[in-house]
Amino acid sequence: MSPNDSSFVHYTTGEPLADAKAPEGPIAERWDRRRFGARLVNPANRRKHTVIVVGTGLAGGAAGATLAEQGYHVVQFCFSDSPRRAHSIAAQGGINAAKNYRNDGDSVHRLFYDTVKGGDFRARESNVHRLAQISVEIIDQCVAQGVPFAREYGGLLDTRSFGGVQVSRTFYARGQTGQQLLLGAYQALSRQIAAGNVEMHARTEMLDLIVVDGVARGIVARDLVSGEITTHHADAVVLASGGYGNVFYLSTNAMNSNATAVWRAHRRGAYFANPCFTQIHPTCIPRTGDHQSKLTLMSESLRNDGRIWVPKAEGDHRPAADIPESERDYYLERIYPSFGNLVPRDIASRAAKNVCDEGRGVGPGGQGVYLDFADAIRRMGRDKVAEKYGNLFEMYERITAENPYEVPMRIYPAVHYTMGGLWVDYDLQTTVPGLFAIGEANFSDHGANRLGASALMQGLADGYFVLPSTINDYLARHPHREAVDDTHPETAAALRETRERLARLLSVDGDRTPDSFHREIGELMWEYCGMARTEEGLRKALQRIPEIRDEFWRRIKVPGRGEEFNQSLEKANRIVDYLELAELMCLDALHRAESCGGHFRGESQTAAGEAERRDEEFSYAAAWEFTGGAPVLHKEDLVFEYVHPTQRSYA
Amino acid sequence: MAVSGLVMLGYLVVHMLGNLKIFFGADEFNGYAHWLRTLGSPFLHHEWALWIVRVALLAAVAAHAVSAYQLSRRDIKARPVKYAHKRRRASYATRTMRWGGVILALFIVWHLLDLTTLTVNERAWAGHPYENVLSTFSTWYGNTVYIVAMGALGLHVRHGFWSAAQTLGAGSARRDRALKFLANALALVLFAGFVSVPVAVMTGVVS
Amino acid sequence: MKLTLRVWRQQSPDAPGAMASYAVDGISKDMSFLEMLDTLNEDLILRGEDPVAFDHDCREGICGACSLVINGDAHGPERTTTCQLHMRSFADGDTIDVEPWRAAAFPVVKDLVVDRGSFDRIIQAGGYITAPTGAAPEAHATAVPKHDADHAFEHAECIGCGACVAACPNGSAMLFTSAKINHLNVLPQGSPERETRVLDMVATMDEEGFGGCTLAGECATACPKGIALPSITAMNKEWLRALRKGLR
Repeated sequence: MSPNDSSFVHYTTGEPLADAKAPEGPIAERWDRRRFGARLVNPANRRKHTVIVVGTGLAGGAAGATLAEQGYHVVQFCFSDSPRRAHSIAAQGGINAAKNYRNDGDSVHRLFYDTVKGGDFRARESNVHRLAQISVEIIDQCVAQGVPFAREYGGLLDTRSFGGVQVSRTFYARGQTGQQLLLGAYQALSRQIAAGNVEMHARTEMLDLIVVDGVARGIVARDLVSGEITTHHADAVVLASGGYGNVFYLSTNAMNSNATAVWRAHRRGAYFANPCFTQIHPTCIPRTGDHQSKLTLMSESLRNDGRIWVPKAEGDHRPAADIPESERDYYLERIYPSFGNLVPRDIASRAAKNVCDEGRGVGPGGQGVYLDFADAIRRMGRDKVAEKYGNLFEMYERITAENPYEVPMRIYPAVHYTMGGLWVDYDLQTTVPGLFAIGEANFSDHGANRLGASALMQGLADGYFVLPSTINDYLARHPHREAVDDTHPETAAALRETRERLARLLSVDGDRTPDSFHREIGELMWEYCGMARTEEGLRKALQRIPEIRDEFWRRIKVPGRGEEFNQSLEKANRIVDYLELAELMCLDALHRAESCGGHFRGESQTAAGEAERRDEEFSYAAAWEFTGGAPVLHKEDLVFEYVHPTQRSYA
Repeated sequence: MAVSGLVMLGYLVVHMLGNLKIFFGADEFNGYAHWLRTLGSPFLHHEWALWIVRVALLAAVAAHAVSAYQLSRRDIKARPVKYAHKRRRASYATRTMRWGGVILALFIVWHLLDLTTLTVNERAWAGHPYENVLSTFSTWYGNTVYIVAMGALGLHVRHGFWSAAQTLGAGSARRDRALKFLANALALVLFAGFVSVPVAVMTGVVS
Repeated sequence: MKLTLRVWRQQSPDAPGAMASYAVDGISKDMSFLEMLDTLNEDLILRGEDPVAFDHDCREGICGACSLVINGDAHGPERTTTCQLHMRSFADGDTIDVEPWRAAAFPVVKDLVVDRGSFDRIIQAGGYITAPTGAAPEAHATAVPKHDADHAFEHAECIGCGACVAACPNGSAMLFTSAKINHLNVLPQGSPERETRVLDMVATMDEEGFGGCTLAGECATACPKGIALPSITAMNKEWLRALRKGLR
């Protein structure tokens, strides 16, 4: 892509895309049909097949362990020092499953329905139904592995309700559900590593995909300790590298989570779907200054008892306690009387932004709203509040040095999850044969907005159950590939390009640090491609991004060498990809001139200021093809046979 | 370490109780010493019981010392580069286990030469331990060495007993307070019991 | 705030290392300790020097990546992870010593970064329940008493950061190993592998070059997740039990 190509916005629309793998028939039977229709690899032949798995989070860890159990030779990568540190570990709330242990009317169909509706009708019905079906098996699997879910006194599993749904289907392990599920997958993976079935490369980062004769055959990776750039070949490549929320610089993602694996795969031919669908979480701790490196999420459950408000008057800087009741605006309760403080994430986030934009925000820089527990403490007593939220209050106090029992918490929305990702078919295969994407790295199940406690469900469903069934079919149909090594022209080219890219980063020797560029692109994206987007703003961003990219390549300064442990080089190389991905996100946001889920376009709202979906024009998944210049849009039409699109209303 | 330590601890309790017989006078004390030699008779030959105990103790001391040596070697090897910023937090008793052990080993050698073989005892009157004890505690250095060693013993037992319980899996969150109390009590009783003898000699209660 | 940092600098695993001194200025009390180091690194890069390498990722206290010994304390003066330590715990003008975890089983990779692969190998030796995917019985088939489930959870909270080893005067990994054994051995699902798990994990722990336990208790004091010392006692009990069972 040439740096200053203003023609980027003049994308073309190519052939529509269809998911050829999803079977026909009643939705509840499709997954069984697909599994039966899928070809199998003889157990004796499996060890002859090598599968590369990139990432060791819930999806990658589960997939690596399961494929190795099946007998495949798995070669797995993570950039952390241990597979146990993947960012799935930070998920707090829980994992949904349609077990109906409460006898409260839950069912697979209800979970399916809630997820399609929660995603604002931009997800594929077949995939979501499969997810709901598999959800029950996930809980069984995790319990068998020793995941210590919360239990009741009778010794059976406890559940709670979450994210505004009316049933209690969320299984949890205190506030550390992600950690416990990840450790379960990590332990299963560890067992396979010890058995010699998984070859684990920790502190090794994928930097490119090797595509030979149109088929994914391996990756280029960098050993982060020695700096050595190596190639790894396989019969199939699985990307489980997570989301791209760190494009925004400040997000709740871990510092090292990045988009390089998916973006490099995109550049090698995998379509990128719905890149503008990002989720902004309403209850994060606001930033305290320019030094801020990341944002910390606090469980959404706080909204069950906390009341959200800002001063009625603009620029009211009195301490919260000095503002009388009559001068407070409990804006969510005012605008959405029936759901109040419990409106979905996207709506709560946007409302907070609106009041802050009006100049009524609180705290440093006016970027925050109060989440007040004074009423809850009066009603339930301090002890009861402490019992329910004590650990969250502690965490808040550690970060802000304010005691939330006495001073209302301050919260502000932050980027949290990306629903978009590599386009995959029902088999989770991308448009590059042999390349699969699972977990947050793909676009498949959440549409335009993800419900709480569904990310863990999807990661584990993909990793433990879906991919291990569907990858068999691919490997069985392509049994005898000729071996590829470093002398193959495609491998040699990928290797050379990677080396050149890193060498170029090291040679510029400019006057700006990698972080300064990351912060700049992040602020731009937050401003124009964040909670609310307009055509004008997006065009501005699309104009500005190539300029930043150009400046990056002129002024970046990366100290040290490539052949050593070099964290600045790692960072700079990830920013290279953010600077390209950001542009595609803005273009996708620009082209989707409707509001849906996490994507709110200022031009498309109801008279009451709510998001207005435009189904007749935009009921499709937007899959973008990389060309080097203006991308090509391929539309996959979404067909709703079981859940009929309606306008969401929470007033 | 735990098992050999507990064997020695058991012996020390009996030893300390035996020592207290000194408060009943020379005849009673010397008689007790004589009885130890005839223990188990006529089944056991003269002094056989004593030798059995001595062999068992020697084995315990050897096992304790060898494990301590191995553990220390391993621990030192496990941190080849030390911290530049030193910081101490564990209790005094915990930190001094190693050097306390060395002090006790040296003390045992002196103690045997003094009151068993009588090699370094000034009076050295075989068969009359009461008089020999008086002789030892009539010198300032005899008292000093003994009291310092008993202090080391108290500290050693304080951490050692509790640790042995943990090593053998006998501790638990609920039992922890009781174990800590027992360790402190044992340490204190042993210290007080042993030290009462030189103190009594010094103050003239025993003469 | 103005501070003097003394930081361990070591170019590569085999290179010699030394403490180096840096002055940092303009530090806010609201910064996390790692953000303070970010500030230092931005300066170093612009001055053409090599920035200080340190491990970090989630910065929320859960991934276990961050691993600094600050003024002789693993994770610094508060009972938390380094990433959750804030500069308000220090005073203007302080001199702060920053060192890597020190243990033979955690060789230094660069500066403050160490290799904790030995922890992974301890888990690989038996820190799992053999439950192949798809073979699981219905989750409610086995009830687990709440007390046991809570016990398992409290030990499963371990984040594998290695502060226990860093703080232990002997560089011992007993607390880490015992946390996993307590988590899995108390559960009915974990009981078939109960004996082999403890024997194999302890054997691997010893082979990796960790020191022996003298019950100094420093590990539990440093643990950011509050895993307590009786965890080690319980592991000892499991180990002795497994030995006895093996003899029979």
